[in-house]
Amino acid sequence: MTFYSILIEEPGHAQAIESPEAPAYFTDLNLDQIVDAIIASKAEYDLKPFYHSSLTSVSAIQYRHEVFRELENEVLLNSIKNFAQKMRNIRDFLAHAKKAYYILQKEKWFLDAVSIYCTASIQLRDDLAEINLISRGFLAFRDYLTNYTKSEHFIHLREENEKIKNDLASIQYCLLIRGNSIRVRKYEDEIDYSVVVDRTFEKFKQGAVKDYQITFPNWLEMNHVEEKILGYVSQLFPETFADLENFCKQYSEFQDTAIGNFDREIQFYIAYMEFIHKLKTAGLKFCYPKISSNHKDIQSSESFDVALANKLVNDKMPTICNDFYLNGEERIIVVTGPNQGGKTTFARAFGQIHHLASIGVPVPGRKAKLFLFDHIFTHFEKEETIKNQRGKLEDDLIRIHKILEQATAKSIIIMNEIFNSTTIQDAVYLGKEILEKILRIDALGICVTFIDELSSLNEKTVSMVSTVMPDNPTLRTFRIIRKPADGLSYAISIADKYHLTYASLKERIES
Amino acid sequence: MKAHLLFKDKDFDIQHELPPNADDLIKDLELTTLFSAMAQGDKFLSRVANGVILQSVESDLATIHYRQAVLNDCLNNSAVVNEIYNLSGAALECEKKMYFGLFSQHPETILHRSMTLIEDLAGSLKKLKKIADQHKKLFNSDGFVAFFDMLQKELTDEYFASVQARLKELKFRNGILVSAQLGDGNKGINYTLRKPNGENQHWVKHFVKSLLPVYTIFISDRDESGARALWELRDRGINMIANVLAQSSDHILSFFTLLRTELAFYVGCMNLHDHLLQMDEPICFPSPAAEEEVVLNFRELFDVCLALSQGKKVVGNNLAADQKILGVITGANQGGKSIFLRSLGLGQLMMQSGMFVSAEAFSANLCNRLYTHYKREEDTSMKSGKLDEELSRMNEIVNQIQPNAMVLFNESFAATNEREGSEIARQIVNALTEKGIKVFFVTHLYEFARHEFEKSLPNAIFLRAERKQNSERTFKIIEGGPLQTSFGEDVYHSIFNHEI
Repeated sequence: MTFYSILIEEPGHAQAIESPEAPAYFTDLNLDQIVDAIIASKAEYDLKPFYHSSLTSVSAIQYRHEVFRELENEVLLNSIKNFAQKMRNIRDFLAHAKKAYYILQKEKWFLDAVSIYCTASIQLRDDLAEINLISRGFLAFRDYLTNYTKSEHFIHLREENEKIKNDLASIQYCLLIRGNSIRVRKYEDEIDYSVVVDRTFEKFKQGAVKDYQITFPNWLEMNHVEEKILGYVSQLFPETFADLENFCKQYSEFQDTAIGNFDREIQFYIAYMEFIHKLKTAGLKFCYPKISSNHKDIQSSESFDVALANKLVNDKMPTICNDFYLNGEERIIVVTGPNQGGKTTFARAFGQIHHLASIGVPVPGRKAKLFLFDHIFTHFEKEETIKNQRGKLEDDLIRIHKILEQATAKSIIIMNEIFNSTTIQDAVYLGKEILEKILRIDALGICVTFIDELSSLNEKTVSMVSTVMPDNPTLRTFRIIRKPADGLSYAISIADKYHLTYASLKERIES
Repeated sequence: MKAHLLFKDKDFDIQHELPPNADDLIKDLELTTLFSAMAQGDKFLSRVANGVILQSVESDLATIHYRQAVLNDCLNNSAVVNEIYNLSGAALECEKKMYFGLFSQHPETILHRSMTLIEDLAGSLKKLKKIADQHKKLFNSDGFVAFFDMLQKELTDEYFASVQARLKELKFRNGILVSAQLGDGNKGINYTLRKPNGENQHWVKHFVKSLLPVYTIFISDRDESGARALWELRDRGINMIANVLAQSSDHILSFFTLLRTELAFYVGCMNLHDHLLQMDEPICFPSPAAEEEVVLNFRELFDVCLALSQGKKVVGNNLAADQKILGVITGANQGGKSIFLRSLGLGQLMMQSGMFVSAEAFSANLCNRLYTHYKREEDTSMKSGKLDEELSRMNEIVNQIQPNAMVLFNESFAATNEREGSEIARQIVNALTEKGIKVFFVTHLYEFARHEFEKSLPNAIFLRAERKQNSERTFKIIEGGPLQTSFGEDVYHSIFNHEI
């Protein structure tokens, strides 16, 4: 088994592992916000391009699911995080080495970077050996790492590095500071003065006291006095410093490319896991969806708009989850109902869950069965275009025309509030025409509209309605449920919830 | 070295958490009056009195006896005790004079400040030692004897000499010797001040002349950044020792702080003693009994706070209530019931903190906590009703309470009609006393009082504010069952009879 990448088994399973450009639908679906939130704490890895690029086969998605499931093992996750921290230290140390002015400083930073590199590689190899791995990705990587750490190159690197490090660590020197002179020589077992003083006043000890030690600024650079001292120290210990110099020359290119890539690519998984962890803690669910590239029966329970949920969780507000499914001949969900009732959010969630599924990550919801699309098309109203009515309608139609030209039976089309800006008669007519065209293409989709007639066009459309509180129609529930569009949105009873509130009050009174 | 004048084997901690109901105790027992009489205007004395007395709700017999003996020594040797108290105050002043605050950001400054401070404190320690040598014979309590013994044992002439020697060395007349190792980027780390090998005065020459290679760096006068670098190395070198010395001076200071704090309690007691003596009020050292026993008896117990605020002698009461776990006090308004109840609480607290008690004789068992549940003025900020508020306070007490506690109720549960109030009081009181909690209850709830009285329980006692035939109030509380006032009935009859 050869190792190609932890993100993909072999080239060809995606158009590209990463693509710098976000897909056109990203902004409409607020996927850009989601990705920004995911990568917020991982700027150093440049992860964004990974989240843009959809996979092209079910097997490639499963490859990533396997890695995700593997990472649910805390032991594995911790050892990866450990490894990542060490790799970060290496980058820092090499940056210091590059920046340092004095050669003896450069060499030490370099030496320590190599030391961390060796430890990190060995540690990760040993950690992986202890774990019963299943995923194709990790199995292949473990083989690769094991062979690498056994290679002669690596063994020499490590042995020489350790010897020089130990030699340097054992160096102790003394400074005699008197007047404006500093004398430098080897240390001769003189005792620690503070111990003597401490003993004199021991009898007064009273437990915890303030720490009076001054913290000195830890500049990475040296001043010229420190440089001189270090120069003399190198003369006091000439062999060690000669070894150091040779080592740096010999191993200037010590890092392995595949290990470097792994360090970055594994963060695709970790960043996502850390992101959804926060949402999961707030009670929201994520699952591994079943993916099909030919069956259009799709189904999702308790899913939600991830971008919105992320904001609500930050504000400690509850997130409303919704279900949807399409069976048999059903292709298009037509959402109607009162404004501000969560219709657009529902449409976005529908698009988000499909994109997230296509990049092989866990998707929002308790359970999901989704379709591997070839393309997602979105048509959202562009608020910023303040043109005259006719211009806007024309613009709408042009955009929709482009979509219909490109869409295939494997596409997903999401339309939000089309033809808002024309008369109702026009809107009904145009809406029916467009919807029928989409149905002929046999694409999957969702259509948010104020036109009730669209929801019962034929057996391929499914009507869903945003609902309000039964006893107070001004209160939205943000629940979207399957039912005919009848204009009357008193569907869901939340009496049981009210009962729960009552019970919790009762408990408070009792305590 | 520890003063240990309040506890035999631990320091007094003025920061120690007070019982959750401390504020209620202060309010209901008028403790502020007691504290200010002890403090005589000194805020520190008041703070300590507050801490010791309120913490004493968790006292034990040994500690009480320990403090009674120390207090007795104090009353007999007030001049010496005041001298020690003032001496420790003066020692603490040394530090205040020398406070560098934000400027002490250099080890060099910290080192010098600490050296001067330690020199001053050593002077105070010498004086303290001298007092011990001169007056030790006059003291008999375990606390003071151990304290003086410790001073004599630890603060010998040899010890003071060794302190002087250290202080002299630390002036570093011959420069400083610092060891270091190589850290990240080969920068120096672990700078440690070293004591030069050999007691040889000429260790500098030894350093220079040894056979090992030595390299010398001279910083020229014009090299300002070099001079700064040298001083920083010096600072790094003495950082640790400056810390150790500053901490040592802190330790000596906290010895004096604790000494002064612990003595402050006794100084407060001495102040109170003088005050009461002038008013010709009796005081006694009480006899505490173990927590498991049920003891309460006293002679001429008076409300010390009332006496202090009136500035004259007040009425005292007698009681023999051993084996009594419930006391119900009824009777006329303005008859001295609340004062009596307060004197009970004050006597208990003063006894538990190791003080004398304002009585001719006082004996009681220890209580592991003391609670007060008093009728409160209507609180406008609260939306809940008055009875709600009372019950919620009761709920808080019940959350904390354990057997062998004591609860003083003053007109509780009267915010509803008498029948309901009585029923609530009855249920609560019965539950508490059955759990071994001592209860004294001042009440107008006749039904409640009568109900308890008619049970004729051997462990209950009924008291009444004395009222002479001519309606004159003596403010004495005497033993006696509840009487139903016929005031309301009288009014009824007076009105309806006229109609007939």
